[in-house]
Amino acid sequence: MFYRESGDFKTSYAEDQQSFPIKFDRYAIWILLGFAFFVVPFFINDYWEKSVLVPFLVWSMAALGLNILTGYCGQVSLGTGGFMAVGAYSCYKLMIAFPGMNIFIVVIIAGLITALVGIAFGLPSLRIKGFYLAVATLASQFFLIWMFNKIPWFYNYSASGMITAPERTMFGIAISGPSAPSWATYLFCLTLVTIFAFIARNLTRGRIGRAWKAIHDMDIAAEIIGIPPLQAKLSAFAISSFYIGMAGAMLFGVYLGSAEPGEAFGINVSFLVLFMVIVGGLGSILGSFLGAAFLILIPVLMKNIMVGGFGWPADLAAHLELVFIGGLIMFFLVVEPHGLAQLWRITKEKLRLWPFPH
Amino acid sequence: MSGENRIGDTILEVKNISLSFGGVKALTDISFDIKEGEVRAIIGPNGAGKSSMLNVINGFYHPQQGEVWFRGKKRVAMKPYQVARQGVARTFQNIALFKGMSTLDNLMTGRITHMKTNLFWQSIWAGPAAKEELEHRERVEHIIDFLGIQAIRKTPVGRLPYGMQKRVELGRALAAEPKLLLLDEPMAGMNQEEKEDMSRFILDVNDEFGTTITLIEHDIGVVMDLSDRIVVLDYGCKLADGTPDVVRNDQDVINAYLGVSHD
Ligand SMILES: Nc1ncnc2c1ncn2[C@@H]1O[C@H](COP(=O)(O)OP(=O)(O)OP(=O)(O)O)[C@@H](O)[C@H]1O
Ligand SMILES: [Mg+2]
Repeated sequence: MFYRESGDFKTSYAEDQQSFPIKFDRYAIWILLGFAFFVVPFFINDYWEKSVLVPFLVWSMAALGLNILTGYCGQVSLGTGGFMAVGAYSCYKLMIAFPGMNIFIVVIIAGLITALVGIAFGLPSLRIKGFYLAVATLASQFFLIWMFNKIPWFYNYSASGMITAPERTMFGIAISGPSAPSWATYLFCLTLVTIFAFIARNLTRGRIGRAWKAIHDMDIAAEIIGIPPLQAKLSAFAISSFYIGMAGAMLFGVYLGSAEPGEAFGINVSFLVLFMVIVGGLGSILGSFLGAAFLILIPVLMKNIMVGGFGWPADLAAHLELVFIGGLIMFFLVVEPHGLAQLWRITKEKLRLWPFPH
Repeated sequence: MSGENRIGDTILEVKNISLSFGGVKALTDISFDIKEGEVRAIIGPNGAGKSSMLNVINGFYHPQQGEVWFRGKKRVAMKPYQVARQGVARTFQNIALFKGMSTLDNLMTGRITHMKTNLFWQSIWAGPAAKEELEHRERVEHIIDFLGIQAIRKTPVGRLPYGMQKRVELGRALAAEPKLLLLDEPMAGMNQEEKEDMSRFILDVNDEFGTTITLIEHDIGVVMDLSDRIVVLDYGCKLADGTPDVVRNDQDVINAYLGVSHD
């Protein structure tokens, strides 16, 4: 009984309402965070930063955002790519307009701008549901990408139509631009994601989160017990878009460094994030991270094994990777709709009783 | 029932309500009142319009004609969530719980109209937000004790048996601390023991919290025992209205229930 909650008695409701009521979980989180903040930065290199850690963090932020909307509030969205583009272009315009602005502030404001756009595109959700809402958000995806391609003001009339992130700093250290050190970009993303993961956790377990879940489970009953549906849905759209906008700003500003809307934020991005949420677990903060890790890390791992290990041609490996990911998504949709987070929960329940079978 | 003085002034009055769906007339010219502190029943055969009446009262259906007066004020067009915020709670004929959430979360959601800390405090789960959660948790725990559902506190309600779900749904409505509680067939599909439990809860709620209750129920025995006054509906029309004794001896009611044709 290595992992347990028995003997871990709660003597007050406050203790029972902690973010991680089980002591073991609490320690695990602190140790993990301690390792991520104080050990990894000393050993990180360019490869780990660019191929593994920073993309994992950026996509976790996007998955958190979509999970708030789809997993918690039950509103399906295929507009994630478009909203990430809003974050990216807001970030770009802010960087150009206010060169002295701290990049942390830039990312937050980019998120806030995306939240406003999210509210506007969320308005139809009051009238339409499910599949029809998914189609409406798909339309917003295409509209936004079209807009960023067509209106030169957004890319400052650059000849290529691309946007490129200039060097911007925080405490005098470059976070964006080609000379930003690996540890700095990593720590920057880690800090943002950690803060907002805790915020997401708090929001989803309190009043607003319960309103979202109620709308998800049964919107008519939710309204009849006093939840205004418009307010609940729009707050989910706003907060979800806020996260997704920050993810877009980080993807462009800190990770890619330059972007072209159709490529970096196309419909495939919308699907990628949706798959992360499904594989990781709808309605689970942990699931957002697991899903992002899975869909970002599996390709890296498979490539290393197939190309590096077996010496297979890269295009074959890329195709096999798609087949494998596709198969996994089908597996989760059919066998475990609650995703990796649920598998993890079941494992924990087993561990709790181990080594006794019952 | 503890004396007549527990019954006060009129809390809700419906006047000349008519409601139709396309060609179907669900309610025709219905008027009655509900007094503060009483247990008021609405009975009638299937399709009589009982559930529709509750849906009018809680703002889910908007009647073509008639007025609803609540606590001395005529109601203007209102959304169901606004009616809830005025202090009207209900349960449904077909259980409408939030299936993915635990019993505790369902009840906490029932308190949502009383919660108000802003986004900032909620996002850091501190200050007023943490305090508010605790206060409401304590209130909800009271209801959990009252209904004897401690053991299923953390169970997702979708996994509970039918009778328990009905009980949790009552709990969610009680959590709102309503002034008027509407119960649509709270005992449908229950066995005798479960019915007795539910009857006791209804009487205790009325007695201990002074909550005004309006219930729909098919089991005539239960209705006669529980209610102070009964409205009888048939084909959308009001057939009778009065104390159990009056209703029991009403010829129209007897005919409607025994299927005797008018001659
Ligand atoms: N949303 C609706 N759309 C169309 N017709 C409706 C609707 N709601 C109710 N009706 C009709 O109104 C009439 C009254 O229905 P209601 O559900 O109020 O009856 P009830 O007395 O609650 O019956 P039961 O005992 O079976 O629950 C029925 O003929 C029903 O078909
Ligand atoms: Mg009915």
